[in-house]
Amino acid sequence: MAIGTPFHPRTEPLCHSYDWMQWSGYLSVSSYNDFVQPEYASIRNSAALIDLSPLYKYAVTGADAVLLVNRIVTKDAEEMRVGQVAYTPWCDPNGMVRQEGTVFRYEEDHFEIYAAEPAFEWIQRNAVGYQVKVTDRSAELAMLSLQGPHSRAVLDTATDGAIGDLKFFRCTRARIAGVNVTVSRTGFTGDLGYEIWIPAEEALPVWDHLMEIGAPWQITPCGLIAMDIARVEAGLILISVDYVSSEFAYTDDDLVTPYELGLGWAVNLDRGNFVGRKALRTARQVGPRRCVIGLEIEWQPLEEAYMAANLMPELPMTVCREAVPVYSEEGLQVGHASSKVWSKLLKKYIALATIDADYAQIGNHVEMEVTVQYKRCRVAAKVVDNHFFRPERMRS
Amino acid sequence: MSQSYDVIVIGGGHNGLTCAAYLGRAGRRVLVLERRHLVGGAGVTEELYPGFKYTVCSYVVSLLRPQIIADLELPKYGFELLPLDGTLTPMRNGDHLMRWHDAGETRLELMRHSAADAEAYEHFAMLMYHLGKTIRPMLSMTPPDPTSLAPATLAKLAEITRIFGKRTDYLYDLAKLMTMSSGDFVEQWFETPALLGTLASSGIIGTFLGPRSPGSAYVMLHHYMGEIDGEFRAWGLPRGGMGAVSESIASAARAHGAQIRTEAGVERVLVEGNRVTGVVLEGGEEIHAQVLVSSLDPKRTFQKLIEPEYLPEEFRTDIDRYKIRGSSGKVNLSLDALPDLICLRHLSADQRIPYLSGAISISPDIEHLERAYDDAKYGRHSRNPYMDIVIPSLIDPTMAPPGKHVMSIFCAYAPYELAEGTWEDNREAFGDAVIDTLAEFVPNIKDIILHRQVLSPWDMEQKMGLTQGNIFHGELTLEQLFFLRPVPGYADFTTPLRRLYMCGSGCHPGGGIMGAPGQLAAQRIITDTT
Repeated sequence: MAIGTPFHPRTEPLCHSYDWMQWSGYLSVSSYNDFVQPEYASIRNSAALIDLSPLYKYAVTGADAVLLVNRIVTKDAEEMRVGQVAYTPWCDPNGMVRQEGTVFRYEEDHFEIYAAEPAFEWIQRNAVGYQVKVTDRSAELAMLSLQGPHSRAVLDTATDGAIGDLKFFRCTRARIAGVNVTVSRTGFTGDLGYEIWIPAEEALPVWDHLMEIGAPWQITPCGLIAMDIARVEAGLILISVDYVSSEFAYTDDDLVTPYELGLGWAVNLDRGNFVGRKALRTARQVGPRRCVIGLEIEWQPLEEAYMAANLMPELPMTVCREAVPVYSEEGLQVGHASSKVWSKLLKKYIALATIDADYAQIGNHVEMEVTVQYKRCRVAAKVVDNHFFRPERMRS
Repeated sequence: MSQSYDVIVIGGGHNGLTCAAYLGRAGRRVLVLERRHLVGGAGVTEELYPGFKYTVCSYVVSLLRPQIIADLELPKYGFELLPLDGTLTPMRNGDHLMRWHDAGETRLELMRHSAADAEAYEHFAMLMYHLGKTIRPMLSMTPPDPTSLAPATLAKLAEITRIFGKRTDYLYDLAKLMTMSSGDFVEQWFETPALLGTLASSGIIGTFLGPRSPGSAYVMLHHYMGEIDGEFRAWGLPRGGMGAVSESIASAARAHGAQIRTEAGVERVLVEGNRVTGVVLEGGEEIHAQVLVSSLDPKRTFQKLIEPEYLPEEFRTDIDRYKIRGSSGKVNLSLDALPDLICLRHLSADQRIPYLSGAISISPDIEHLERAYDDAKYGRHSRNPYMDIVIPSLIDPTMAPPGKHVMSIFCAYAPYELAEGTWEDNREAFGDAVIDTLAEFVPNIKDIILHRQVLSPWDMEQKMGLTQGNIFHGELTLEQLFFLRPVPGYADFTTPLRRLYMCGSGCHPGGGIMGAPGQLAAQRIITDTT
């Protein structure tokens, strides 16, 4: 039976929709209310408070911590300074992506790795021979993501001015309501935002304090459905939705390299050995077979398809995760669109899609399958940069 | 100094800017001339009290055409609509009626008041969907003149026949909507007074009609046919106030090469023979252009900017007869705290927020509206006005300092012509009537007001240039719509003067932040000058 997160005593009475999803055996709020748009709007306009406690959290400590982390991830952990955070994939020996997540360097010899799905066994397996201790901190750390243009004002007030200067992808220790927490300038929304890592047993006072301090800025508890809209707009891929971990790929077709996910920038081959390096060298030379790209579905043909059925266009107001085929203009299937949503912000129907590299050039025209009145049809779409929305404040 | 442009757009309201953006996009050298220090016309955001931003006149968006948003890439320039979750109608007995965005929640709420209404509401929504879908193509069409036998006209008439031919039963309902009063129309469906009052109120906004006046049902449809993200009847709150919408269109226009000059009021249109050649600014500067397009209302354009001798007699008479009576006012408030509504007192402070985050309608029943209209008929402002209220700062915290709020109150009726005295003498009395009426439902309102702005129709005329303060550039009554808007023979954005066009809300499809007149006029100009 699924259990509540450390914030359950607060989120449960607020979840008027009774709409929960399971995440790693925990109950996570899908949306607090039936009308999800105000929650989404809080991410882009005020301050959204999102409970992401079910994330997996692992500490790597000890003299060889940096060596172990560097063996696992594709980025160069040596380059990370204390207080720095890095987003990076990690691969299997064939250079195929197992997962991606964030790596924190708390001390010279203390790293933590946070990911959406479990990685403990993988980290431990790679730790053989290193002087390190790997600890699963998943249950002992609660996490609140505070996202939105007013998140800085709220959090700076809540920490008595401790985080005002915190830079993008940096972390720091702070106190909220007398509780020692870690704050990182990170998020999964493509907006200005912070993630707050809190000892589980002290989670509630932090929630209460943030809600109280944030009230003048319309702080709003926000569920995963709203965050999902924001992350697609930001072009952030999600494991098991936009790609399959090589651990669980049933067919070779599902295997992807970091290059194919658009994460080539997070691969540093010019350093010591790490898992998958050799294969990645080859992969870089060969080039990607396919690419994760953004699609903008064109309005006019979409509207025409619906109008032909005497209907107004029906648009996905929340992210639809059922993959649909993507075709070339000649009618050849060249890939699939995995996350699709009507962006109320951009007033565009957008999708994250994986398509053959030959068709993945920005500006290229393809077609996406849409079902109108039980009939399948194809609607013109354009290949675009998958970072559909990237405001300056995200990095500010 | 004399400069030359392809097109001069007179007036930097949202339609003028839209027209300029489309013309610029088509490669025309465009100059927009705006009298005030900022663009937007009736769509402006102003900080009249430090830290508090008022969306001064126009305050919500529904009608802005999706094609315009897409063509001009408005989101790129800061256009963003925030969701309004429903409408709250406080009732005199301390109860309330809340229509949520969610259909199921609304149904449950309506059930509290009337089981029959709860069911009828869903059927009503279906009808409105079909009517909206039927009307929709006409919003992006230059109206065909039925007296013309030109092939293009006949093709359009055939297209309209085809649209209606698909579902003829809706044609009957449309005919009813065009002719009935909004009160009578909604009473065909519902019985709950607060629901009737609130639905009927959409029929009186911006028009000098009461809920029992025939023709007001069409005005209701005008407020229902907008769409946001494919959803009819949805209204959104622009982030940063309506000024941000105007600014986004202005930015799009500039990106397409248009020049925009503020504090450049046009005093006079230069005419040679039956052809316009340019404008004279207040201060005497002359600017010439191949084409002029006025986004001002028809009366202002043809009675203020053009010497009467240049216009045909019949046209002048039509313009003179054009109905443009102002009927509404606006009160903007800076608030120290959230209003304490009697009808929400059973809820905790947190629970009240969703109720306050949509529209709040002071329309407890149809009689409230009709009595408000009674006052106006005889030249008085309503003693108990109808109000449509939003609190933008609840959804968009940038509008007020943290913890404080701004409240936008659309209020009717406020006739332009008063039986006694002037608006300068009566403005604050009208503001008091609004606040006193509101205080019946919100007892703490007077204690939390930090600053108050009252705009009468006279003020809107003085400040925004809206003749008689009519927010739609002319009333949305049947005899002034479609191929009759603004006057017969000139519904195609042309005028009796060569190279002078119209692109304001006085043209088809009418008022509201729609942009369609600006877009359609631009298309006409592009066709005529290519």
